[in-house]
Amino acid sequence: MQNQEAQKRFPWGSLVLTAVAVLGLVAIVYRFLYGLGASTNLSDGRAWGIWISFDLYIGVALAAGGFTLAAAVYIFAREKYHAVIRPAILTAFIGYTLVILALLVDLGQPWFIWKFILHPNIHSPLAEVGLCVMLYTIVLALEFSPVVFERLNWRVPMKWIRTIQIPLIVAGITLSTLHQSSLGGMALIFSETLDMLWYSPILPLLFLISAIAVGPAMVIVEGSLTSRAFGHQLGRDVLSGLGKVIPVILGIYLAFKIGDLVVTRQLGLIFSTSSYTILWWVEVLFGVVLPMILLSRPSVREHAWKLFGAAGLVVLGVMLNRFTISWFALEARPAVGYFPHWMEFAVSAGLVAWAVAIVMVCNKVLVMHEHAEPEHAEEPELEGKPGIMVEPGAAPGN
Amino acid sequence: MGKGVLVDLTKCIGCRACQVACKQWNELPVEDTKVQGDTIANPPGLSGKTYTTLAFKEVEHDGQFHWVFAKNQCMHCQYAGCKTACLVGAFDKTEFGAIVYEKNKCIGCRYCQMACPFGVPAYEWWSRTPWIQKCTFCADLQSNGLTPACISTCPTDALLFGERDDMIKEGKQRIAANPDKYVNHIYGEKEVGGTAWMYLSAVPFEEVGFYPMREEPVTHNVDNAMFAVPFGLAVVATAMTGCYFIFKRRRKLAQAKSRSGEGK
Repeated sequence: MQNQEAQKRFPWGSLVLTAVAVLGLVAIVYRFLYGLGASTNLSDGRAWGIWISFDLYIGVALAAGGFTLAAAVYIFAREKYHAVIRPAILTAFIGYTLVILALLVDLGQPWFIWKFILHPNIHSPLAEVGLCVMLYTIVLALEFSPVVFERLNWRVPMKWIRTIQIPLIVAGITLSTLHQSSLGGMALIFSETLDMLWYSPILPLLFLISAIAVGPAMVIVEGSLTSRAFGHQLGRDVLSGLGKVIPVILGIYLAFKIGDLVVTRQLGLIFSTSSYTILWWVEVLFGVVLPMILLSRPSVREHAWKLFGAAGLVVLGVMLNRFTISWFALEARPAVGYFPHWMEFAVSAGLVAWAVAIVMVCNKVLVMHEHAEPEHAEEPELEGKPGIMVEPGAAPGN
Repeated sequence: MGKGVLVDLTKCIGCRACQVACKQWNELPVEDTKVQGDTIANPPGLSGKTYTTLAFKEVEHDGQFHWVFAKNQCMHCQYAGCKTACLVGAFDKTEFGAIVYEKNKCIGCRYCQMACPFGVPAYEWWSRTPWIQKCTFCADLQSNGLTPACISTCPTDALLFGERDDMIKEGKQRIAANPDKYVNHIYGEKEVGGTAWMYLSAVPFEEVGFYPMREEPVTHNVDNAMFAVPFGLAVVATAMTGCYFIFKRRRKLAQAKSRSGEGK
């Protein structure tokens, strides 16, 4: 039933998707032919726009499912979440690839990117983000490669990857920790221009914790959508299990967010009349407190669409947070207004369309939810059950 | 110690010779401008073609009318945000304290523009191969023992050039000698950790377009965060590796237990 519905919707969906993806490409070509001035509404006062706020800040945050799930499954041995590790890592890989593509569009002279690789400034948080994003994208490609090798039935590279699996996972988590926090570190230099309520010396920590919270939330959102669109049977406790963790992380996030204001004696700012104060309350109430309450209730977690909604709030909350810090609450100097040019929207939307299209193709072509049914009855050796890696037959010693 | 400039806004007559000298020495292109309704500033602000402009401000202070001409250019910070921000290290500080930009390193990320609390670095938005542009403090002249072009051109000595420490002393003397004439503040002495360009004014600085700033450099928290990075890396990598082995062992024990349980 679900499959039929999905197939009926499919042509329309793919038509829109294709149109958006193509328009994005057209805008990218235009940008390189005529320059940033002609294709964006950026100016000296607002040198970073939606490409940085949405594509970099939000793109990287929402791709956090890759490292949080990898940590849960491979480091903390939460076998249950095998079922969603592949889509999580694929989403992260595609997300990061698109972040890099978007940055290449945003960079004034991307053909000189090699200068950055050769001479990074170790004092710059942006350099750290750039290097970590590049390295982590390679790590993600390697983490996901077994799924492709499996499809192609290439056993030798599969063996190689398996031997370095755990170092890869550890490297991925470390790189993610560094650059998720350093995105907040980048905002630390806005000490004169970012609204007082939103600026904090612990922004790196807040960015990291909120990324850890939004990782599983994003996996829930994506898992809910793909299982509906492609009829994957996800073990029911998989997504609800993820939902159970989120309130804890959000609680830590909220404690740091409020605690920081208390310690710096700036708590009064949350009652100030600045319009950025309203954004703060919206984020805290609807992006943190409400999902904490909702996801603490089994009745919400057990209900597929309620769980989806609650996780969606977390995602929207983190998006609002990143938008506010990198754009809304950031004063333009020299003072200037900014609303993105339609081509800026077109590029960002186009890249998202590409991401969705690639995820859809992968869901059709590759085995994405191989371990959908939890198979805890007969636990093989940990080494023999790398989850993302192999179908049982291909693993030697299994 | 670095060089400094003391700009005495009360001495400026708004002739804009500094703007012309800057254009000439740095061989900057002309700018298309148009008459604006509310100010005769021209061009209206810094840009990829203009390193310095005069802002014309009409202010009432203490019941008196003031027409203030405020020169605007890179402040050449002691702790420059652009220099820390730049991911390729395209900004450098010369021995004279000038913050200079080297376009051969730049890749066009524009983080320097976002990082500058004064909004100084400008971009060649119109170009397909854009670079950042900003005042060089005439580092080329300075390295030959000469004075920056705008300063040597100034006909009223509104711009005083010398050792930064001496400029602060001079500024304090002028304020002490004429406490009624000046507001008791040298803008740039302490703002964001101190800047090479410093200002004296007869009216509060906020009223003539100077941003109020804290004394803490914009680089302060960034430096702390970046200092912590190697430790963070080591801690996370170690903790994750440790956890992996702990949880792996735990699982093995649990499996062994359940197996022996089955055996009975």
